Amino acid sequence: MIAIRALAALYFVWLVAPLPAHADAALDRQIIHVLNRIAFGPTAETVAHVKATGIDRYIDEQLDPSALPEPTALTDRLAALDTQGLGASQLFAQYGPQPGETMEGAKPTQEMIDARIKRADSILQQARAARVYRALYSPRQLQEVLVDFWFNHFNVNAYNGFDMLWVGNFENEAIRPHVLGHFRDLVLATAQHPAMLYYLDNQDSTAPGSPNASTLFSDINENYARELMELHTLGVDGGYTQQDVTTLAHILAGWGFNYQSLSTGSGPAFAFIASRHDPVEKIFLGQRIAPGGIEQGIAAIDILAKSPATAHHIAFELAQYFVADQPPAALVDRLAEQFLSSDGDIKAVIKALLTSPEFRDSAGQKYKTPYQYVLSSVRATGGRVKSPTPFLGTMAQLGMPLYLCPTPDGYKNTQDAWLSPSGTTERTNFASLVGSGALLNYVPPDEQAPHVVAASTAPNAKPIAVNASALEALLSPILTEHTRAAIAGSPAALKAALLLGSPHFMRR
Amino acid sequence: MLRRDFVRLTGGAALGAIASPWLGPIWAARADGPPKRMIVVMLRGAVDGLNVVVPYGEAAYYEARSTIAIQKPGTDTGALALDGHFGLHPALAPLMAMWNDKKLAFIHAAGSPDPSRSHFDAQLFIENGTPGHATTPDGWMNRLLAALPGPRSPTDALSVGPTLPYILKGPVAVANLPLGPKAAAPMAIDRPEIASAFDKLYDGADKQSEAYRQGRAARTQLVADMAGDEQKMADNGAPPANGFPAIAGRLAQLVTQDKHIRLAFVSLGGWDTHARQGNDKGQLAGNLKALGDGLTALQQGLGQDWNDTVLAVVSEFGRTVHENGNGGTDHGHGNVIWVMGGPVKGGKVYGQWPGLATAQLYQGRDLAVTTDYRNPLATIAEKHLRLDDKALAKIFPGMPSARGDFADILAA
Repeated sequence: MIAIRALAALYFVWLVAPLPAHADAALDRQIIHVLNRIAFGPTAETVAHVKATGIDRYIDEQLDPSALPEPTALTDRLAALDTQGLGASQLFAQYGPQPGETMEGAKPTQEMIDARIKRADSILQQARAARVYRALYSPRQLQEVLVDFWFNHFNVNAYNGFDMLWVGNFENEAIRPHVLGHFRDLVLATAQHPAMLYYLDNQDSTAPGSPNASTLFSDINENYARELMELHTLGVDGGYTQQDVTTLAHILAGWGFNYQSLSTGSGPAFAFIASRHDPVEKIFLGQRIAPGGIEQGIAAIDILAKSPATAHHIAFELAQYFVADQPPAALVDRLAEQFLSSDGDIKAVIKALLTSPEFRDSAGQKYKTPYQYVLSSVRATGGRVKSPTPFLGTMAQLGMPLYLCPTPDGYKNTQDAWLSPSGTTERTNFASLVGSGALLNYVPPDEQAPHVVAASTAPNAKPIAVNASALEALLSPILTEHTRAAIAGSPAALKAALLLGSPHFMRR
Repeated sequence: MLRRDFVRLTGGAALGAIASPWLGPIWAARADGPPKRMIVVMLRGAVDGLNVVVPYGEAAYYEARSTIAIQKPGTDTGALALDGHFGLHPALAPLMAMWNDKKLAFIHAAGSPDPSRSHFDAQLFIENGTPGHATTPDGWMNRLLAALPGPRSPTDALSVGPTLPYILKGPVAVANLPLGPKAAAPMAIDRPEIASAFDKLYDGADKQSEAYRQGRAARTQLVADMAGDEQKMADNGAPPANGFPAIAGRLAQLVTQDKHIRLAFVSLGGWDTHARQGNDKGQLAGNLKALGDGLTALQQGLGQDWNDTVLAVVSEFGRTVHENGNGGTDHGHGNVIWVMGGPVKGGKVYGQWPGLATAQLYQGRDLAVTTDYRNPLATIAEKHLRLDDKALAKIFPGMPSARGDFADILAA
């Protein structure tokens, strides 16, 4: 065993050891490294851009996404996804249960249920298309990387009831605007979004004995309160007790839906329902929460957002996502300090992270998630996909269907979670299909449902040519002599497939 | 060539096991007889065990659950009587044949000694086999596999699904296979010229190369085992089915074809019923129906192999005794473990029932744990897979020695 481990360690060193090439080689590798982490991998255009502007300047550009115009090729695609522009209340009123299709109580017919799911699914598929198009083609790459990070941090599952209607809106209104903002605003936006209120049952939570308590709303529900502390803020070892969970559930009782808005399709979907809240004073995490209504919940979120445990938890997760599965403790501590001293300014924390020596020296230490692997493959080819369908299908085949992580902890981003025998088979298979050009030109047979997730078996598409030489030039800085030789000795028609399916391209 | 690689990568454990003198007779037994198998089904999200094996004899149960309780046996919507105190959820009616045949047993008030009510910590502690110790680098099923005698094959241990769960992580190579409707459909990577080109990229001793080779071998085995299946489905004209019953059927087919498989693992989600969980009908009933149908499909698909298979169903913790304000239940503590299979001495609810009166509850709210979940699993490893105490101590280090009344849950 020991001998095998030593061999593996040697092999790893050989895998990432710098080549004794000319001086530019180190810079080329560093550019790929940065694009692997703060973008969904390199494209020929972005590599040229970073070479021209320099890495530091590129990072600064990425930290200010609103200054980067999105190309019309992207905005036109997004504009065609009509439900993307609708608010949460509109989505519910127009696509949710219609008059005659009751929310609770009377049993709807199978036809009603099917029609309801079909309507909601059309929104989900547009949300997925928008996410994939932005990740592939937006120049605001760091923003889209952070959407992936923060969405998983505040995960909701589209297959949880009404969340199929709201998952895209949750991302567009509660996540994306805040990915580089203040952490406290991100927590508050997710806490008040109907997708989260529904997913973790807080919209049901009711103070017992409050004026509006009823049979199905008779008491508190602990679900959201627990995950708000365990997953979103303090972390599981953050020092809270079962009593704090129960108290926080009482504090947040009444945070629910605005039924008026949902039925009319206008106005905010969130409401604080005072008649389901007990305004009495509470002691939470040892601190006094003054008697009150919605202010009690906001005070609790402020306490959580300012906690050193939260700072450490978020610092660890960011360092794990951007640097290494087991991030250096010194880096995590520095980022946590930055978080606390900047009052949870995410941009300041990310800047400290991206300019750290630990980040700079961590090339290739991460294993791509299925989401990152699929997106980076398309970007590397420079292909303009006709449909996101086969790519969403591959993510699903690999165990990471978009918006469908069933548990509130979201998808993991560690090698332990994703490196598996069948996953490797599936990835090399996908690389073969992308390398052949078949998936890039894929148009789903049913134009009425253009984004239905399909399995990634070979589609009926006329392959387009992938420029294998250009791909090799792009990825050259990360290849080893061993891989180069193996590819050179293989049929030329397989070159693109082998580059995308190489062990190096599966890392970032 | 592939076979040689596996021996090389996992050889330390395999050769060590063969060299141990105490393993001699077991080795012979395995070579002569059919393989002994263990299957673990994990219900992620914490199933409400009090509505699976219902303590209908306790007034406190009905007091605590005004809308979600399963009624006493005797009506159409009531529990199915298991004994004078416990009854089975009516959605699990298909399992009653197995119960009456005395091949299904339950151990109630079982669970983890760790108090965590976090799904993720509690699942980790079920999977790594070391409650309270998060840093254990491998899962107990991988340690169990390491303790089984060789020779090694790529499909000794199989996880159903696209990723490898913690429970199977560790130094011994294991396979994972998604067994969806298109599991054996042709892939580009099946073509020899593509496969052999990739082989050259993944010929190292690193983890990615190891996973690649293991995936290749498992895929080859799967395609061979399922070759007739695709044809049969095409002949019937029926679309391949989705859901757990269909997956369980395919797992059974794979197991009967592939005599190497000794351990299998499946996990199912959807048990975190914080709101509107229902009673004899509803969310939990629907999930239990699919689970019961799947377990029945697995039993039927295994045929004669059922006689050498023991299957356990576990979940990370139980749920609150009292229903919450929304017709659901929150995170609790003790739960029920299900054990079934040909060698099982079933038809009995094992374990020490702690009662549901407030003073008997864990922290005043949850079913107490009177059986450490590792004890029944270790009993299966000992009596069915015939591992000795030394091996058990490696699989479940620090496990309490008490075995309770389920020490005889398996026929000798």
